[in-house]
Order: sequence, then structure tokens, then C-alpha cells
Amino acid sequence: MSFPLLTATAALPAIGAVATAAVPAARRTTAKWLALVFSLATLVLAGIALARFEPGGDRYQLTESHAWIKDFGVRYELGVDGIGVALMALTALLIPFVILAGWHDADPLETKSSRWRPTQGFFALILMVEAMVILSFEATDVFLFYILFEAMLIPMYFLIGGFGDRAHTGSDENAAAQRSYAAVKFLLYNLVGGLIMLAAVIGLYVVAGTFSLSEIAEARANGSLSMATGTERWLFLGFFFAFAVKAPLWPLHTWLPNAMGEATSPVAVLITAVVDKVGTFAMLRFCLQLFPEASKWATPVIIVLALISIVYGALLAVGQRDIKRLIAYASISHFGFIILGIFAMTSQGQSGATLYMVNHGISTAALMLVAGFLITRRGSRLIADYGGVQKVAPILAGTFLIGGLATLSLPGLAPFVSEFLVLVGAFSAYPAAGIIATTGIVLAALYVLVLYQRTMTGPVKAEVQGMADLKVRELAVVLPLIALLLFLGVYPKPLTEIVNPAVQHTMSDVQKKDPQPEVEAAK
Amino acid sequence: MENLIALLVAAPLLGAAVLLCGGRRLDRAGHWIGTLLAAASFVVGVVLFLDMLGKGAEDRALHQKLFSWIPVEGFQADVAFQLDQLSMTFVLLITGVGTLIHIYSIGYMEHDERRRRFFGYLNLFLAAMLILVIADNYLLLYVGWEGVGLASYLLIGFWQHKPSAATAAKKAFLVNRVGDMGLSIAIMLMFTTFGTFAFGPVLEATGETGEGKLTAIGLMLLLAACGKSAQVPLQSWLGDAMEGPTPVSALIHAATMVTAGVYLIVRSGAIFNAAPDAQLVVVVVGAVTLLFGAIVGCAKDDIKKALAGSTMSQIGYMILAAGLGPIGYVFAIMHLVTHGFFKAGLFLGAGSVMHGMNDEVDMRKFGGLRKYMPVTFITFGLGYLAIIGFPGLSGFFSKDKIIEAAFAKGGTEGWILGSVALLGAAITAFYMTRVMLLTFFGEKRWQPDAEGHEPHPHESPKSMTIPMIVLAFGSVFAGGFFSIGDRFLNWLEPVTGHSHGHAPVSATTVTAATMVVLVIGVAIAWAMYGRKPVPVVAPRGSLLTRAARRDLLQDDFNHVVLVRGGEHLTRSLVYVDHTLVDGVVNGTAASMGGLSGRLRKLQNGYARSYAVSMFGGTAVLIAATLLMRAV
Repeated sequence: MSFPLLTATAALPAIGAVATAAVPAARRTTAKWLALVFSLATLVLAGIALARFEPGGDRYQLTESHAWIKDFGVRYELGVDGIGVALMALTALLIPFVILAGWHDADPLETKSSRWRPTQGFFALILMVEAMVILSFEATDVFLFYILFEAMLIPMYFLIGGFGDRAHTGSDENAAAQRSYAAVKFLLYNLVGGLIMLAAVIGLYVVAGTFSLSEIAEARANGSLSMATGTERWLFLGFFFAFAVKAPLWPLHTWLPNAMGEATSPVAVLITAVVDKVGTFAMLRFCLQLFPEASKWATPVIIVLALISIVYGALLAVGQRDIKRLIAYASISHFGFIILGIFAMTSQGQSGATLYMVNHGISTAALMLVAGFLITRRGSRLIADYGGVQKVAPILAGTFLIGGLATLSLPGLAPFVSEFLVLVGAFSAYPAAGIIATTGIVLAALYVLVLYQRTMTGPVKAEVQGMADLKVRELAVVLPLIALLLFLGVYPKPLTEIVNPAVQHTMSDVQKKDPQPEVEAAK
Repeated sequence: MENLIALLVAAPLLGAAVLLCGGRRLDRAGHWIGTLLAAASFVVGVVLFLDMLGKGAEDRALHQKLFSWIPVEGFQADVAFQLDQLSMTFVLLITGVGTLIHIYSIGYMEHDERRRRFFGYLNLFLAAMLILVIADNYLLLYVGWEGVGLASYLLIGFWQHKPSAATAAKKAFLVNRVGDMGLSIAIMLMFTTFGTFAFGPVLEATGETGEGKLTAIGLMLLLAACGKSAQVPLQSWLGDAMEGPTPVSALIHAATMVTAGVYLIVRSGAIFNAAPDAQLVVVVVGAVTLLFGAIVGCAKDDIKKALAGSTMSQIGYMILAAGLGPIGYVFAIMHLVTHGFFKAGLFLGAGSVMHGMNDEVDMRKFGGLRKYMPVTFITFGLGYLAIIGFPGLSGFFSKDKIIEAAFAKGGTEGWILGSVALLGAAITAFYMTRVMLLTFFGEKRWQPDAEGHEPHPHESPKSMTIPMIVLAFGSVFAGGFFSIGDRFLNWLEPVTGHSHGHAPVSATTVTAATMVVLVIGVAIAWAMYGRKPVPVVAPRGSLLTRAARRDLLQDDFNHVVLVRGGEHLTRSLVYVDHTLVDGVVNGTAASMGGLSGRLRKLQNGYARSYAVSMFGGTAVLIAATLLMRAV
């Protein structure tokens, strides 16, 4: 038996979580370094998995399969396609930056009791989330995926509720109440989604008699498993609802701004750049593959919701007064693009959507983490409390601008590639949808540049005077992310090569062909 | 030879990277690095140009593919360059004028502590602009297109501590993004129509699709051109863009970037030739803008804003010519090049005046400066004569050709367009004479500022005057050089094509008419500003004057409808999201799932226990299912 690389990639951060949690209270720095080392080791393993993955090879690679709950047909089955391996690598890549950026976020304010260990808990929870997210990208058993999908809510709940942003207005009690509200709202929204999905998972089992993705797909392909139209649609809706809450899609989005606003910036990145990607990923992997007909049936409604998300999210971002909530609404707009790309059901749309997941992860991390550095310095999340930062902290302002330019999809930076692919893919299937989505590029410029102007330019505000520029640790977070944004903007080929075959598989699952160009079609 | 093409871009790109990442230790040498790399790009351009001259007209185009950029099923985007006569013309203009303006900026920005960064941005601009004109496909062109937009944003807002500069920069980027939407949609349309967006295959296949598609593509390209080239209705950003340092106004907002829209239309000639409706809209936009810009230019007292109005108007001429099709393509580009010389020269002259006048821009506070700044006066004067179309100078040849071409469009359209172009020439003569008289003639009108510092006008240093002299040289001779023996026409024709149209009047008549309106324009300006003293405070003026001072109220319209309207929209959406969407979703969940009122009381402690009980419920449900299966 070969080395279980995929299991190891998920197990390593899990072990790291336990080890970090076990570090004695007084050795906070040890716990941080331990978490960082484990996250870096995970990145190495993910890198190996990425290198071992052959784009032209089987659909699912590096597979592992073990019986788990025999009576129930539940198996511990892992495997990655190009989409899964790309997102797994993204997750492994972002976590070290999240840890590094949050280095001081969980330092105890005053030494309460010697047994109080928030720092250890904070980093252990982050690693725990990493383990579950990575495993969920690898799971090819529906039940296994469901368990992970639900279980990752627990560490996330504690990360949001237990470690809020220290920059808040009003009293500490008030802030704690808001934080608690945000955490519970996050949990309840996702639990409701999860419950509905659970019903659908059980329904699927009743119909198919197995949880194995490959078995179901094969049975569907060779006709041994047929679903009644109504059944397929109900099951699809059950799955899709849960994913649309997590992604999140309008109108199920309102938990996200609360959660991202109240959480510390690194945790906000964890939510939007990592955990939420499980939702869009699962749409591609489960909805389209298991319920192709129902997916096509629901497409018109989903495309409309995605378009609403794009425009609505962007408009709401323009109207925000809180930096982090602004970025949260921008993310809602971006998730609209991802879902639009998935359900346009064209090669460009789906490749674009997958690239979008990766690129959005990196660009939002860059923007949000720099925003976090800014907020920590001034102790306020309100845009109006800033002004003229560019004058006192030019590097901070410069990196913030680059993160913003990536968010508005400037050509030359990675998000442009994915956004344009989504637009082209959507346009070739649904021209009107493509045109409406294009308005997003103007609105994105508006919310990014207004944010930059109000915080960074103009006369230096008194409270901003003397603000320190980025320190070495912070530069170590931001510069690699920027380098990556540039690299993937200029040379996305390594990524597209991995993703393309997986997209072709999905396209054949839903039995869709790309629309032919008019001139060629005429010939 | 084709391997040299990438060097054109690589040199300034390297400069931008080094200067922007290099940090303070490069402060002393930064401007030299930037200037040298710009010059290096120019030298490469000249080498390629000489090589091109040595070849026959049909074999001149070079091609260089660097790598496959976005390979996705059915979608192929390459980083590949194409250098033909049209691109070559732009390369020489961009790198040539670009290098001169780098040299000028050494002196102009001498006292700015962020001079290194300024040169980094300038180099970034050159790299992006070169990508724009040598890309071999529309998507790569788009990269350059937005790249110059970014450089423009950074440079307009270079003095970011001034709120007006930051606002102007944001406005320029946003208005341009509206245009970029047009370019995006045009590329998507090309993709769904032709399956590609590379120049060659698209422009050769225009005959294989219907006129409707081509009209749509043409209109979207025009929208893009309107944004970048400040044409009505997307012109509002250009005046505000004058907040940027003057060398930026000269290079980006006069000589090169703003002419990118003209390039786009001429490059896409095959599409427009097959879409007459789109062409009609192009000429209308050009004609309207050439009057709009000219009228605004008449009313501005800020020397840079007057020149900005003029730029808008002159690009209107170019867009008009480009909309005429093969009759006008060559002349659109020829005017673009001569305009590049004289308008860059005029802006540098304005910068030189400001340099000597404590950064004063109000022409009513100038007067009589010819005695204090002789070199600036002479070079600016030559640029002035060139732009109004004084016989023998550059503008005379290039503008005259456009007016002729407008008449040659034929029919009623031809008469209307030709008359508008003539009227524009008269207004040009008026407002430029006004600028000239207010600045260099009459009595000195400057006064001590609030702190009692009286300006001491003085000539600028050599690093500034030499580029002005070189550009003045081009302003005087370029037009004649291009026109003798139809040099420029023969050079570009293999790429753009050319036809003569049906001129209803002879070329001599047009030239004579142009001379008449020129004299009228100058005479009116002389009567208003030359004969009598100029008040330091602007008189109230007529309704039209007051409207023109406010950019013909277009900004007020934007402010009321777009800015205010948008603010209300977003504010109400924030409210809706907070109360309605959140409330309805919570409410639905509550009524559907039997979650009762607790969701609304999330802040109380019950909710937490509720979540725990939901988790518990899930566990029980799973266990029960498992058990049933086991039984």
C-alpha cells in the first residue's frame, strides 16, 4: 500500500492542533511556532500532492478507500481531481499566513490566571479548521463529506465567538454581545443548511443504496440507477441549499458581514477565503455530478440569484462604513461570480469559477490581512476614522492598494484571469447575464477606490499621525501573497492545466457542450 | 528582429519594478534610471523602425509570441506582440515623447521628495502603453488599456494629500471603467462570434458574420474609446485629471494615453468598415466632442484646463476622422502624431510657466510673461501656431486633411461634418489665441500671495527647455514632412487602407475656408483680450460662458443623478439588507423550521443552547438512521 498522502495532508494539521492545544499556558510563543511549523509542513505535503497529481491522468487521483461503517455502506474514501487538489493547495497555502497575521491576536490582554490558554486555543482551532477543510476537499464519500461539512462549524464558531476583533466601538460588553450574536448567527444559518442537507443525504442513500460518489456516478452513467425527476430535484435542492448558505448566495448571505466584521481579520480570511470555498466547491462536485438534470433545471433561478449577489453585494459594499464589512460584501459579490461561472455550464465559466476560488482566496487574504494590520494600529474599523495613511505608512498603503486592485480584478493580477473567464463563459451561454455581471467591474472599482481614498489619501488625520509602517512579520505575510497574485495573473497556465481536465469531466457529467462560435457554427 | 519587440516593454517595466520596489536608497539615482530605460526603449524602437523601412511595404509586420497566457478549453489567449506600421508609429511617439518628458520631469520634479516614485509610475505607464499598441489580440490590449488607466490613476493622484487630486484620480479610473465595460463586452462578443479575439483572425473574418453583430462590437469598442479618449459622454474626467503634475498632463493626458481610443478604432477598422451604423455614431461622437471641448476650452481661466478642453476637442477631430472609415484613418493617425508634438509642447510650456509662477494656473494672474520667459514663449508660441493651423506648420497639414475628409464623406452628412470641423477650427483659433494673449501678452497681472510672496517669473532650467525646443521643432516641421510626397499616407496605407471619398468642394476651397475661419477666430480673441486690459477677476459672463466654465453642466448632471442617486440607492440598500433581507430570512427560517422566535432573540443565552440542541438533534437523527438500517 502506498503512503496515504491525502490522509496525511489532513492528519498533520489535526495532530498540530492537538499538539498546540497541549502546550502549557506560559509557553505561548512555543504554541505559535508549533502551529506555524505544522501549517508549513502541511503546505509541503500539499505541495507534494500537487506535484504528484497528473493533469492528464485519472479523474480522481491519490485515492484511498477503507470500509468505515460497514452496515451503512459508509466508506472512508478519498481522492482529488484538479479542482480538489487546487483548493487543497490553496488552503494549505493560506493557513501559514493566517497564523502569522494573527500572531498577536490571541495574546491575553492581562495575565488572568495561569491556566487560561487562549493563545493555544486560537491556533489549535485554526489548524483544526484546516484539517477539516482539507479533508472535505478530498472526500469522495458523501457521508464523510457531510460529517466534515458540519463538524467544521464547531471550531469556526469558537473562533468567531471567542476571539473577536479588539477594534470595536462602544463598551466591551456590547462588543462581546455583538460577537456572540455573529457567532451564533453563523452557526444557526449553517446548521439549518446542514440539517436540510442531511435529509437529502439520507434521501440519496435510500435511492442509491450507497454514499460513494464514484459508485453513484457510475450507476447513473450506465443507467443502473435512475432517479425520478421529482426526487432528483428535491435531493438537489437539499444539497444546494446548504452550499448556498455557506458560499453564501443572496439572500442567504446576511450572516457573513456579521461574522467577518466581528471576527479578527485572520479568522475573517479563514471564513471567506477557506471555509466558504467548501460551499462553491461542493456545488461543482456534488450538485452537478450527482444531479445533472436537476442542476440544469435549476440553472435559470440560480443564475438570477448569482447576478443579484454580484450587483447587490457590490452596491452594499459601496454603502458600508466598516472596512471589514465592506470586504465581506465584496466577497458576496465575488461568490456571485463563482456561482455564475459554475452554473453557466461552459468550459470557460467553470474553469474561471475554479480559478476564481483560488484567486479570490489569495486576493481577499491580501486585502483583509492588510486591513487587519491597519485596524490593529488605530483600534477602529470605521472608514471615517482614517485619512492620509499613505503619508505616514506608504508601504502599508501601497500593499493595501495592490490588494484592492486585485479585488477589482485589474489585468495583470490573478483575479482578472478568473473574472474574465467567468464573464466570457457566462456571456457565451447567457449573453444578458454576462452583460449584467460586467457592471460588477465598475462597482468593484467604486468600492475599492472609495475605500482607498477615504482611508489612505487626503490630509493626515491626527489619530493616524505617527502610525508605524508594516513590520517584518507583516511584510512576510503580505509580500508572498502579492507575488502570487502577480505570478498567477501573468502566468496562470500551471493552474489552468490542472483544472481543465476536471472541468471537462464535469461538463460531460452534465452532458453540456460549449456553444460554438457563430462563424464556425455556420461553416 | 522580432525578438527585440519584447525589449520595448521590458525596459520600462524593469524601470518601474526597480524604482517602485527599490526603496529610498535609489532616491538619488531614480530619475536617471527611469529616464535611461525610457530612452533605451526609444532606441530599440528606432532600430526596429530602421529595419522596417528597409523592407517592402507588405513584409513590414513583425510578430513575436512570448507564451500562452490563459489556455482554457475553447479559449486561447496569448502574450504575443505584433509590430506593424500602425503600431510602429505609436511606439516611436510614445517612447520619443515619453523620453523627452522624462527628461523634463527631472527638472520639474526636482524638489519633490517622492520623485523616484514619480519616475517609477512614468515607466509603468510607458510599459503599459506599449503593451496596448503592440498587443496582437484584444485581451492583451485590454491589459495595456487598464494598465495605462492604473498609471493614470496613480499619477493624477500623485499629490494624494490634496483631496482634490485623490478625487480626480478616482473619478478618472471610474469613468474609464465604464468604458472598459464596453471593451470587455466587445471581446466577449468577438469570442462568441469568431471564437477568438486575436486581431488577425477577427479582422479577416468580419465578412462571415452579420452586420448586426459587427455594429454591436463597434459600438462597444466606441464606448471603450469614449472612456479612454475623454469623448462625450464619458469626457468628464479629463479636466479634473489636470490635478496631476504637468508632465503627466503632457504625456498621458495629451500626447499618448488619451489617444488610445483613436488607435482602437483605427486598429478595428475592418469591423467599422462593415458596420456603417456604428461608424455614424463614431462621427457623431467625434463631432459633438470637438465642439464640446472647444467651447469648454474658451471659458476656462486655468491654463491647464483650457488646454485639456483643447485636447478633448482635438481628439474629437481624430475620432471624427476615424469614423469616416478609409477616407479618414490615415489622417486620424497623422493628426494624432502632430497633436502629440504640439500639445505635449504646449503642456510643457504651461508647466514651465507654472514653474516660474509659484504653481499659479490662473491665466488672469499671468500677463506679459514673454519678457521673462523667452524660450517658453517662443516654443509655446510655435505650438500655438501649429494647433490653430497656421500655414506651413504641423497642425495646418493634419487638421486640414481631416476637414477635407469630413466633406468627402459626401451627401448631407459630409456638409454637416465638414461645417462642424470648420467651426471647430474657428473656435480653436479663438481659445488658443486667448490662452496666448492672457499668458504672454498684455500687462503683468500677478500679485503677492496671501503670505506676501510675489512670484518672480524666470526661465526654466535646460532640462526643461530642451524637451520643449525639440517638441517645438516637431510642431513646426512634422506635418510638412509627413505630407510632402504623401509620406505618411504611403507608410500607413498598407495597414489601414485608404480611399479618397467624393469631395463636393476642392481641397483648395477647403484650405481657403479654413484660413478664413482661422483669421476670424484670432481676430475675435484679439478684440476681447488683446485690445483692452484683462480683469484679474473673471466677469460674470453670459449664460453659455458660465455653463462652459462648469464643463457645460455635465458634471452637475453626473453629481445629481449618479453620485447623489447612487448614494441614496446604496444607503437604502444597506437599510433593506439589514432589516428586510435579514429579517425575512430569519423569519422564514423561524416559521419553517419551528425555530420560533428565538432567532430574533439571538443575543440571549438560549440561542447558544439551542445551537447545541440542534447539533444534538443531528447526532440523534444520524444514530436513528443507522439503527434502523442495522435492524
